[in-house]
Amino acid sequence: MIRFENVSVQFDQRRALEDINLTLTEKRIGIVGANGSGKSTFVRLLNGLQTATSGRVLVDDFDAAKDGRKLRRHVGFVFQNPDNQIVYPVVEEDLAFGLKALKLPKDEINRRIDEILARYDLTEFKTHPSHLLSGGQKQLLAISGVLVMAPRYIVFDEPTTLLDLRNRNRVERAIRGLDQTVITVSHDLDLIADYDRVLAFDQGKLVLDGKPADVIAKYREMMA
Amino acid sequence: MIAGLYIDGASALHRATAGIKILAMMALGTGVFLIPDWPVVAVVLATVIALYPISGFGRHIIWAQIKPMIWLLLIFFAVQLWLNDWQAGLLVVLRIAAIVLFASLVTLSTKTSDMLASLDRAMVPLKPIGVNPEKVSLAISMVLRFIPVIATVASEIRDAQRARGLDKSILAMIVPLIIRTLKMADDVADAIDARSFDLD
Repeated sequence: MIRFENVSVQFDQRRALEDINLTLTEKRIGIVGANGSGKSTFVRLLNGLQTATSGRVLVDDFDAAKDGRKLRRHVGFVFQNPDNQIVYPVVEEDLAFGLKALKLPKDEINRRIDEILARYDLTEFKTHPSHLLSGGQKQLLAISGVLVMAPRYIVFDEPTTLLDLRNRNRVERAIRGLDQTVITVSHDLDLIADYDRVLAFDQGKLVLDGKPADVIAKYREMMA
Repeated sequence: MIAGLYIDGASALHRATAGIKILAMMALGTGVFLIPDWPVVAVVLATVIALYPISGFGRHIIWAQIKPMIWLLLIFFAVQLWLNDWQAGLLVVLRIAAIVLFASLVTLSTKTSDMLASLDRAMVPLKPIGVNPEKVSLAISMVLRFIPVIATVASEIRDAQRARGLDKSILAMIVPLIIRTLKMADDVADAIDARSFDLD
């Protein structure tokens, strides 16, 4: 369960989020909003990449302000641009990066890498230079890099923005197949149309919250 | 380019530990400079070249390593010819070729992660003076990883500026490249944090 208690975030003169009170228990949660609306700040609070100026963010038993490091193992984060998320020059090395941080034995690291590569049809690219993968493959590698660490929650920050339609569909299928609780920030409204709950942000405030059909219809009107 | 150097294989060289290969590279690098006779260095070079097919690397791979340094070797040879004689020129060329080809052979047969793990171990004694081997390894791997990414960004910017007729302006190239690289550095730092890398 995720709980926001009177959460505000202030950047210099700008208030990025204002007094958010919220409890999230659903398995699929979509986040929408214009650029600069506060939606990315909202999800960055979930794994301690951003700390609240006031209020509290709780994810299960973790307090985001106090348990940042533990929380990052509990909440995975997939960024918009996979090129900025893939750290190692070779596919298997990048997958091992997070696992080494977990101090897992070598056999377990290799087992998890093989399993995740097979899951996303990337086995043939195991020893491939990561920069030579296609955009879709890179995004799947970025997702794999998070999944191998077995987080309980996964945040996707605009995961399909840079992809063509075929790769966008591949990534959508990958997200759909996850067992974890998924929180997806997206301008791609079709991606979150069948989610359990959608939140809309505007100028740092939570302005819409409910079932996707209602929220997306109202959000389209707002943005018209 | 750089990141793509490793080629998977099962040869003895592939199986040898990265530490041994790095030590061999250091020994060869020092050794060829202690040998004053070009025929002996030529034998060393021939041995290094022979290791390529033994390790499963074909002629085109050997050529790919030699091709970028041909002009440099010719310049070195010409300078030595001018200052000394052709034997001195040949000695310098053979030494450099042997070192570069052996270094390439090591990178072709060693995964970056294995190389960095060896580096980690070698740097452990430096911990008391404040060197963090994990940080150094991560920095090196990121240099290897982001050279092709930054090259792609540079190419995109060059195309965009060319489309605006600014292809001769160095400033129009450098400024957006620096801004995008700095932004990328911020995002990468976030991604590393998000993947639980512990800097302490």
